[in-house]
Amino acid sequence: MKRIYVNEKWCLGCHLCEYYCAFASTNQSDMARALCGVKINPKIKIEENDKISFAVSCRHCDEPLCVKGCITGALSRKDGVITIDRDRCIGCYTCILSCPYGAISPSDDGAVQKCELCIKTNGGKPQCVAGCPNGAIVFEERGE
Amino acid sequence: MKYVIIGNSAAAVGAVEAIRQNDTEGKILIISDESYHTYSRPLISYLLLGKTTREKMKYRSDSFYSENNCEVMLSTSVTAIDKDAKCVLLSNGESESYDKLLVATGSSPFVPPVNGLDKVEKKFTFISLDDANALEKAVTEGSKVLIVGAGLIGLKCAEGISAKADITCVDLSDRVLSSILDDGGSEIVKAHLEDNGIKFRLGVQVSEFGKNSALLSDGTKVEFDVLVMAVGVRPNTALVKNIGGEVGRGIVINERCATSVEDIYAAGDCCESMDVSTGEKKVMALLPNAYMQGECAGMNMSGADFVFDKAIPMNAIGFFGKHIITAGSYTGEVYTECEDGNYKKLFYGDNKLNGFILIGNAEKAGIYTSLVRERTKLDTIDFELICEKPGLMAFSKDVRAEKLGSAQ
Repeated sequence: MKRIYVNEKWCLGCHLCEYYCAFASTNQSDMARALCGVKINPKIKIEENDKISFAVSCRHCDEPLCVKGCITGALSRKDGVITIDRDRCIGCYTCILSCPYGAISPSDDGAVQKCELCIKTNGGKPQCVAGCPNGAIVFEERGE
Repeated sequence: MKYVIIGNSAAAVGAVEAIRQNDTEGKILIISDESYHTYSRPLISYLLLGKTTREKMKYRSDSFYSENNCEVMLSTSVTAIDKDAKCVLLSNGESESYDKLLVATGSSPFVPPVNGLDKVEKKFTFISLDDANALEKAVTEGSKVLIVGAGLIGLKCAEGISAKADITCVDLSDRVLSSILDDGGSEIVKAHLEDNGIKFRLGVQVSEFGKNSALLSDGTKVEFDVLVMAVGVRPNTALVKNIGGEVGRGIVINERCATSVEDIYAAGDCCESMDVSTGEKKVMALLPNAYMQGECAGMNMSGADFVFDKAIPMNAIGFFGKHIITAGSYTGEVYTECEDGNYKKLFYGDNKLNGFILIGNAEKAGIYTSLVRERTKLDTIDFELICEKPGLMAFSKDVRAEKLGSAQ
């Protein structure tokens, strides 16, 4: 199962992953045009202070507390990827209460949002990884 | 192997999903006294609010039972367990044998005996889809509705019918959501609910009902067309109690979700279990715990050795767009933030986070929950930072590397 891994040693804190993430779900071809003037609300988020920075997105846990706790059944795990059925989510935030990584966040339309490894938008090629200029975010099989 | 599950909600589903990880062959029989495909009970208020539908509130897809090879008996209740013959007796006069039994019977509304309650024609409780369906029919444009109970059930009900109804909420407690909020939090939520048209009569109880009125303990009277009794719920423990199983306020289970009776497990709102934030046994009637207890029971019923020992009280609930997230217990020293409509309280002591209350900003709340659940030693993290801003930044570099995967 390929997963996203983050190495803070290489993170520049440039926030490009956040922009690539936001762009990935716009279904447009030009990033600058798609995001111009938009306050982005990405599913991967940088945590930073004056010394370190790193990106945090869903870990796609083997024992996902968000899925187990979801009161609607909107969150599910299939083939190792945790996805959300936004149509069924009622925005109760039980998953936000449950996620130990802080990787699920409110979206702009009431449902919650989370990283789905770009399986719905970019054929399962995570755009945060593709857009990271310094290899701080990788998508690989580690045989866990 | 034949598994019998009494109940068809979160704990039952958790058990089915766990059993099928270990045993794809064994027979699973689900027995439910309701007539519906498994649905999410907490969604009944969202249904009345129009934020979900009967179709969308199904807790699992239509193919869930067939995919998991389950037999389902709806509209059938279990009247007794025969632990010696290892079978359950059914309301239709038949019986079903079991090798492993899961009691996931949930809870029932507690309706206190109040004088005159029998005179009230339109009276309802609010925990099931049948309740919601009946209430939806009874409440019409401009209906005056009296809700007795300003807890989670009563207030979600109020929100659900608020577009149509003129609502008054009565509670013996002098504040709203007294089971999950502190005084300050209650004030904020009450004011918000009042801004949305809900009226409160707190610190009083109903002394007597008339057909369309309630006489309160302070001598005043409230008129109503429809009454909702939402005082609280009681775990459905009788089946286990009647065969001599250990029962406190709920069915007593161990950390493997086994009852004191051989081959009988229990999970969900019918149980009491250990709150790891206090070390006390209590009934934690919450959907996530129900699922995880059901899962734990199912694993053990199907031959695994599984422990669920991380239960804590926790709630994510919202009213009219304002979110409330709480977990754990409210003891110890207190960190408080209150600004811009957001309210945060963290309760800590003995080097551990015991609980928290967040109103408004819910961002990364799960990081606090994990500190409570895992009993994380606060001197291993930057507690000052995490108080202000929940995040992985507050953990040590090594822990972060482990969490995010750079430890290779």
